[in-house]
Amino acid sequence: MARAVRFAIDAAANALRALSFDQRMAAGLFAAMALLPLLSPVFGGSYLLLVGERAMIFAIAAISLELLIGAGGLVSFGHAAFLGIGAYAAGIAASHGLGTLSVALPAALAASALFAALTGAIAVRTRGVYFIMITLAFGQMAYFVAISLAPYGGDDGLTWPGRTLVLGTRLLESRTAFFYATLVFAAATYVLVSRLIASRFGRVLRGLTDSETRMQAIGFAPYPYRLAAYIIACTICGLAGFLLGNQVEFVSPAYMHWQRSGELIVMVLLGGTGTVYGPIVGALAFLMLEETLSRLTEHWKAIVGPLLVLVVLFAKGGIAGAIEAWRRRKMTPAQLLAELGRRAREAIARAGHFVREVTAASRQFARRLAASGSARLRQWVAVLRRWLDALILLARRGAAEVGIRAEPWKRALWRLLESVVLSAERGIAAALDRWRRR
Amino acid sequence: MSTALFVVQLFNGLQLGILLFLVAGGLTLVFGVMDFINLAHGVQYMLGAYLAVAFYQLTGNVFLAVALALPASMLFGLALEVLVFRHLYERDHLEQVLATFGIILFLNQAVKIIWGAAPLHMPVPELLSGSIQLMDGLRYPIYRFAIIAAGLLVATGLYLFVKHTRIGMLVRAGATNAPMVSALGVDIRRLFMIVFGFGAMLAGFAGALVAPILSVEPGMGDQILILAFVVIVIGGIGSIRGAFIAALLVGVIDTLGRSFMTDALRLVLAPGTARAIGPALASMTMYLLMAVVLAVRPAGLFPARGRA
Repeated sequence: MARAVRFAIDAAANALRALSFDQRMAAGLFAAMALLPLLSPVFGGSYLLLVGERAMIFAIAAISLELLIGAGGLVSFGHAAFLGIGAYAAGIAASHGLGTLSVALPAALAASALFAALTGAIAVRTRGVYFIMITLAFGQMAYFVAISLAPYGGDDGLTWPGRTLVLGTRLLESRTAFFYATLVFAAATYVLVSRLIASRFGRVLRGLTDSETRMQAIGFAPYPYRLAAYIIACTICGLAGFLLGNQVEFVSPAYMHWQRSGELIVMVLLGGTGTVYGPIVGALAFLMLEETLSRLTEHWKAIVGPLLVLVVLFAKGGIAGAIEAWRRRKMTPAQLLAELGRRAREAIARAGHFVREVTAASRQFARRLAASGSARLRQWVAVLRRWLDALILLARRGAAEVGIRAEPWKRALWRLLESVVLSAERGIAAALDRWRRR
Repeated sequence: MSTALFVVQLFNGLQLGILLFLVAGGLTLVFGVMDFINLAHGVQYMLGAYLAVAFYQLTGNVFLAVALALPASMLFGLALEVLVFRHLYERDHLEQVLATFGIILFLNQAVKIIWGAAPLHMPVPELLSGSIQLMDGLRYPIYRFAIIAAGLLVATGLYLFVKHTRIGMLVRAGATNAPMVSALGVDIRRLFMIVFGFGAMLAGFAGALVAPILSVEPGMGDQILILAFVVIVIGGIGSIRGAFIAALLVGVIDTLGRSFMTDALRLVLAPGTARAIGPALASMTMYLLMAVVLAVRPAGLFPARGRA
């Protein structure tokens, strides 16, 4: 018995050694997730499993987005549309009495692939900012079409008649079974996408991201590769949508909201692009952040927003990037802790520096504004006074010219003008004096 | 459909197009000159509306409120530029998207905290209330005409500014080749600041203009931001002229599509089917327009020279 156990451990260790770091991290993550049902009776109950399911579902979506962002260099801002399309396709099938695995799942995947092919054929022709905006627009289009789908709930969404039947049984109704189903799908997605990125297809895709011109020079047309990657990634996201719809037995246009697409990008970047386990970590981290913060305050987005800005400004590479940096230096745990402390201090110092810099800049700006403002004001006042002086002179000369012989009303008019101008001048002088003394 | 209804919808479309132009104009300049994708531009439109309402509650005068909202939204845009955006110009688009997305989340929520989630309203000013008789059975509100007029005025002003002033010349040069402009001794950072503040002000102006006719609520900028993106993609990044024409096109086509798509479909389909797919198709029209334009001209209708 002991020998058998040791043999099993040895075999597992050997298998682990054969894996790449990325695969080891992913295997660790999935193994930890697999233990969650054991933990749930002690801690959190079925709520823990619910969060775990959500995390796995969003991990699938994030991994598929990583195929686009990390390998393909295509930043899709409409990826959440496919969550909705997958869920709607399966939900519509279910509402017509076709809620079986053999119909609903292929329907979800096919609908996603079809929409991806139609929109991708246009979107993939462009790059960079254009691609971001076009995918955003197409995602929004899907959102509005879902809202106007009156026969299927429209704005209110569509309630599924129940979870998808597996071989005629209600297997997925069981909490544990559904949890493991999401886990298996997530693991399968991980294997598929990491294999795909490592394959010839993936290498061409990455080559195109690095240098399109060179890849074209050695005979690769960018368009079919990118379109294929887009369709594959979106179909996988449709799978995530199918699972999401199954989890809550409901689908609404809110699944496709563009902020959801933004959140998917956040997951990928928070986890770290360029790795495949990164998006899983990112999905976990983002959902945990959301869970914790939304319990603290209903305004949790007001905290997440600035946090995102800070992550972009100060933490490039995300969580996976940080792990990679530490790994490369081969540190002992003690060194790692010391390094972590140093980094935290550094980050705080940098943030402090940033705040100081900003306050200094704004103070300087205000001072310059005040200085130039007061200089300009003084100039204007000087000009005004010169005009007034000229007016006084004019009035006096006028009075002198009309002389004693002129009609009294003419002389009175000149005197009036003179006194008005003089009092205005005196008023300005007094105001200036008061202003200076203050 | 009657002629009167058609004309009314045409004017509504024009008015939407004008507003879209005010938002997209600033956005396309910022894109063109700084190569910076600013998702937070829609939030600046929302802030313009909120600032106008806030100043209206303070002063009780709509004109004064709009006039005050302009410099206030410009100052806000400049503050954002100095605090955050300035540090992002050299980053790639993905990071810009993420940071400005964070700002949207924050500002939408901040507005909710300050002014509450319920929509606010501002009255139409006395002077511009009422409507004009255009033809038989067709009256159109004066205020909507005022919006169209104000937008056309701004468009003309912007055209003159960009075509005939020194700063406008630098902006055009920056849109074509920013590093070269910088190499020729122009303080490109200051140019960026001017363009940015100006864009923020235009968006804020659009927001303040619609405050009397729409409900002012958190998230009102998100939808117009995406429409502005569609406009920019159709018009070509960095092109004011493209933005103007595309904005009017999108505004008119979207409005007409929403009002007449179901009726038009009824001519060829059964009424039930038409009613079912009409609204869905109507909400797709402008995206289909974008798709068609892109299929024919991937860089938009009027691409600014010097970029792919």
